[in-house]
Amino acid sequence: MEVEAAKLIGAGIAAIPLAGAGVGLGLIFGNFLAGAFRNPSAAAANQQTMLLAFALTEFTGLLGFVIAMIILYAF
Amino acid sequence: MLVSILTAGAEAAESAGLPQLDASTWPSQLFWLAVTFGLLYWVMSSMILPRIGAAIEERRDRIADDLDKAAESRRLAEEAETAFNRALADARAKAQAVTGEAREEVNAEIDAMRKDAEAAISAKTAVAEQHIASLKASAEAKVREAAQETTRAVVEALIHETPTPAVVDAAIAKAVKA
Amino acid sequence: MIHAATPGLQAAGPMEQFEILPIVPLTLGNIDVSFTNSALWMTIGVVAIALFFFFATNRRALIPGRMQSVAEILHEFVANLVRDTIGHDGMKFFPYVFTLFIFILTANFFGLIPSIPGSPHNLHTFTTTSHIIVTFALAMLTITIVIIYGFAKNGLKFLKLFAPSGLPIWLMPILVPIEIISFLSRPVSLGVRLFANMLAGHIILKLFAGFVIALLGAGGFASILAIAPFLGSIAIFLLEFLVAALQAYVFAILTCIYLSDAAHAADH
Repeated sequence: MEVEAAKLIGAGIAAIPLAGAGVGLGLIFGNFLAGAFRNPSAAAANQQTMLLAFALTEFTGLLGFVIAMIILYAF
Repeated sequence: MLVSILTAGAEAAESAGLPQLDASTWPSQLFWLAVTFGLLYWVMSSMILPRIGAAIEERRDRIADDLDKAAESRRLAEEAETAFNRALADARAKAQAVTGEAREEVNAEIDAMRKDAEAAISAKTAVAEQHIASLKASAEAKVREAAQETTRAVVEALIHETPTPAVVDAAIAKAVKA
Repeated sequence: MIHAATPGLQAAGPMEQFEILPIVPLTLGNIDVSFTNSALWMTIGVVAIALFFFFATNRRALIPGRMQSVAEILHEFVANLVRDTIGHDGMKFFPYVFTLFIFILTANFFGLIPSIPGSPHNLHTFTTTSHIIVTFALAMLTITIVIIYGFAKNGLKFLKLFAPSGLPIWLMPILVPIEIISFLSRPVSLGVRLFANMLAGHIILKLFAGFVIALLGAGGFASILAIAPFLGSIAIFLLEFLVAALQAYVFAILTCIYLSDAAHAADH
């Protein structure tokens, strides 16, 4: 039973990176919006970069999520 | 190494494990992924994408053609407009020339007619003046004659004597002078 | 695990939807290549794509109809992506990137179709991209193409990718291993990103749906509360549509960027 409890705690800890990913995504979208409001004509050209940054940032959180899943289900 | 760790983990928890880490399903998935993806790639690259590309290309060509045609038509229209304007200007100049000529002609005619008329009028005036002059002369002579006869008649009635014309004349002259 | 009390409403575990179940058992040599539910949905996806594009481009009208417009918009979207990222000589990869994009997009979308209630488990809708082996195989395919093309185009100068010019010599021992690790992590991150997105979205969907069933099963006042996870699952479902399209786009654009790196490795 202790192993079970440790797994659950470990999965919870492994979900912490999601907070960082959330902050990062907020920064990306927030800064993109700020820039887009300042210069709306340049916004469309930078959308691709924004989505790319979104994908790269999201990966950190997803890695945490996957590790949580592996702890929960694979061990 | 990662794979072996994950596989070991998957094998350790067979019932509750992540289905994704069950390595026994991998060959089947890879096989069918290769088959379906390969087939899709073949269909796409050999049939469908060239077709879409050709349709888009055709449309682009057609639009370019139409644009060229439109530009050509526009050029023709502009040429026609300049030609028209030139013709209009020519016509206007010609019309002005014609008008000027006509005006001169008419003026000349009017002048000639006026001269004729003036000549005729002056001739008639001269005739009339002569006539008036002759009338005046004859009228004076008649008045004088009438005055002589009246004078003679008056003198005969008064003194029963017939005056000589010379005397009568002198007397009339004297009276007229007075 | 959530067990429903109401008979007929059976909430499955969140992982059950990812189980690979055979439909037609097959072996090739001594390798098990059974036609599974995963293979079924790959086939359905590919057939649907092929049929759609076949009928969309059948008439090839000068003024496109609705289907032809969709096909042409997708074509132009991916073509612009490839052209903007790799350049004009990158258009030889256009069929590959387009196939990749449309394959992942369809797999992601078809996975969101709700299953028919009561249908056999091995015919439930299945998200083929929620399996790491599939996404990792696609990522490895991309990286293999990148490496082969990189060496074919630049020869050994392709290795300059790991040692950018204008770098001080003393930084080399630090930066080159970092560059190599970053290059090696590309297929992992590419594959895991798509896999984890699909996994996370479907688990959350299933969890919310499980809450609804559990609350309904509890009866009384709790049944009324079931509306909250129900609305939540609708919201997550809509979000998953965005994620499905976005992840296909991200996979395609990262493929393009890696190919562009390979194409221009000798330039920097």
